[in-house]
Amino acid sequence: MPVWRNFKDLTEWERLHQTRPEGDKHSDLFISLTEGIHNFPGGFAVTTVADAFLNWARKSSVWPVTFGLACCAIEMMATFASRFDVERLGMVPWASPRHADLMIVSGTVTIKMAPMLKRIYDQMPDPKWAVSMGSCANSGGPFRHGYHVVKGVDRVIPVDVYVPGCPPPPESLLNGLLLLQDQISHFRRTGQRAEPNPKVD
Amino acid sequence: MTIEQARTLIADRFPGAQIAGEAPLVVSVAPDAWVPLARVVKETLGAWFFSFLSAVDWKDEGLEVVAKVDNIDGKLSLLLKTRLGPGVSACPSLTGIYKGANWMERECYDMFGIRFEGHPDLRRILLGDDWEGHPLLKSYPVDAPYPPFR
Amino acid sequence: MSTIAPATRVELDYTGSERLTMNMGPQHPSAHGVFRAILTLEGEEVVGVDAVIGYLHRCHEKLAETLTYAQYPSIASKTDYVAAMTSEFAYVRAAEMIGKIEVPKRAQYLRVIAAELQRVASHLLWLGTWCLDMGGALGGGATIFLYCIRERELILDLFESLVGARLLYGFYQVGGVRYDLPPGWAEQCRETVDLIDRRIDEYQRMLEENPFFLVRTQGVGVVSRALAQEVGISGPLVRGSGVNYDIRRTDPYSSYEDFDFHVPVETGGDCYARYRVRMVEFREALKIVRQALDKLPDGPISSRPGLKSVAQIRIPKGEAYARVEGARGEVGCYLIADGGPKPYRMKWRGASFSNLAILPHIIPGHKVADVVAIMGSVDPVFGEVDR
Repeated sequence: MPVWRNFKDLTEWERLHQTRPEGDKHSDLFISLTEGIHNFPGGFAVTTVADAFLNWARKSSVWPVTFGLACCAIEMMATFASRFDVERLGMVPWASPRHADLMIVSGTVTIKMAPMLKRIYDQMPDPKWAVSMGSCANSGGPFRHGYHVVKGVDRVIPVDVYVPGCPPPPESLLNGLLLLQDQISHFRRTGQRAEPNPKVD
Repeated sequence: MTIEQARTLIADRFPGAQIAGEAPLVVSVAPDAWVPLARVVKETLGAWFFSFLSAVDWKDEGLEVVAKVDNIDGKLSLLLKTRLGPGVSACPSLTGIYKGANWMERECYDMFGIRFEGHPDLRRILLGDDWEGHPLLKSYPVDAPYPPFR
Repeated sequence: MSTIAPATRVELDYTGSERLTMNMGPQHPSAHGVFRAILTLEGEEVVGVDAVIGYLHRCHEKLAETLTYAQYPSIASKTDYVAAMTSEFAYVRAAEMIGKIEVPKRAQYLRVIAAELQRVASHLLWLGTWCLDMGGALGGGATIFLYCIRERELILDLFESLVGARLLYGFYQVGGVRYDLPPGWAEQCRETVDLIDRRIDEYQRMLEENPFFLVRTQGVGVVSRALAQEVGISGPLVRGSGVNYDIRRTDPYSSYEDFDFHVPVETGGDCYARYRVRMVEFREALKIVRQALDKLPDGPISSRPGLKSVAQIRIPKGEAYARVEGARGEVGCYLIADGGPKPYRMKWRGASFSNLAILPHIIPGHKVADVVAIMGSVDPVFGEVDR
């Protein structure tokens, strides 16, 4: 049972953390297309077989935008490199946000950097995901009480997976990315974003 | 130039200076002797390596500007200090003598609010241009709020 | 909220030309971190650079006044996060200088081994990312990057078995070091050191026989000796311009005078000279590690062992400036202690902060493509710049 030393922090989190906009679901065109295929005689066989294949294809080709801010960026680079290769999961790190669907925020977000981060996140096309890597991006980390540090990147953008650590070793980041792949296949299957983990008492 | 020679040279040229220590040699002068001291140290003592410039907030006694310079070949290192006095936050700039003082003085201005007279481009370097307050002063709280980010 | 600083322009008497202000923004693929350069271009040539930093200002100096001497070293690693051991070294040395705390000989040798291995790991990352920037992420640059990271992982394995962490450690503490060598570590270290020595020969041959690499680095980003002396740069940057300044020789600390090593100095001043300085530094660092392992004495690893509470270490009133030769230059810590468990004032002299101040002087006159090569050879780490 986690001991919340500061209840103000918990209510602050609920008040300030960014949530996704209401319309963030599958598009109506996509839904009507799949309905059309279903109504066709024998159509359900096509979609059920193709579904598994398409899900696997979609979740296995997530391109992260290289957004390394601080020390976690070095561990992120190590994850992208030879030993803990992330390209075998299909993730090609890509510098341009317009071609990316994932943003791994690795490092401390400062007040001066926060508007730039929001701008890059806005430049990514929908649907997009965000992974908060490291304790600085989760909650401000060891620098939480500094005057220039944002207490967690979820006050700036909506986050899907939080990876703890300072810095998280590449194995942890890979674990987080695999959890993200589960979330992506859930979104593709159901058209809804995954529910956050139930709050532990 | 040995440490003893350096000590006597500075004591001769700057009678009001307080000199202590050996490595580094700590020299403390009044603010109006700040630039002449730096010039003497660079030209006569040959200390061309500018290590850093910073400030200390001594609460009621005011601010103090600290600079460290080294003569690498002669193995001489000096820590120059000047007390600005309570309530004073202006100090002459060393950019005319040491080019390395440029960014260091901008950071001092940013963190302490000390205006360096004669600096070519005094603006904030680490914090945003529209930041209010000077964080490293003892009166500034470390966990200052800044909605909505913190 | 505006955070754009006005650009300083170099006014040339050149009528009829169009100036373009280009932003090399805080997020860019050359993997250096959050740095913003507002370039003023005339065609392809850069005529003015305004460097905007502060995107990673994490309030180290203010936080140090609220953290004790036992708590802060692991936060100190986060300034120069690529070579984290050297940052901790400066802080811990400053506290020991004020408190006149003796460090046992074994601890000094262990500190040297850790610092030199960290220097090798940092230079491996530098080489990898510099070649990545110059060669392109999916093209030729990734070759050297992947090779160097593979070697760096071997060193990080050594650190993991020694300290428990790969990147940011809490190895140094006031009075000595925290952990002793586990059994088998010395043999593994020697094997790793020999392997890296052989592999670096291979990479050096690969790069120096490549005409594209030579064209992109020779004559680019020349720092003259006079400029190097005026701005206060240090480390491989100043040794590539002919100034023989290495703190391990001018102001030896932690038994560096017991080791026999050569300090490389090149006179070219361009990116190629700095590259050569760092390549020699690789081998010298590995030589020091071998010597330290051979001569490692027995004894205690700390003169203040058994840390029971965070406020246990109290340093009497005084001030000191301790500097170490980091991978990027002179990393220093100016500490004012007031007798309590927390410092009164702590100032980080970051090597990259002073090194970065040279960019507005050397970049104008080069093409845009050279900006990346120059920045890579200056090797900034923004934890040190912004602190």
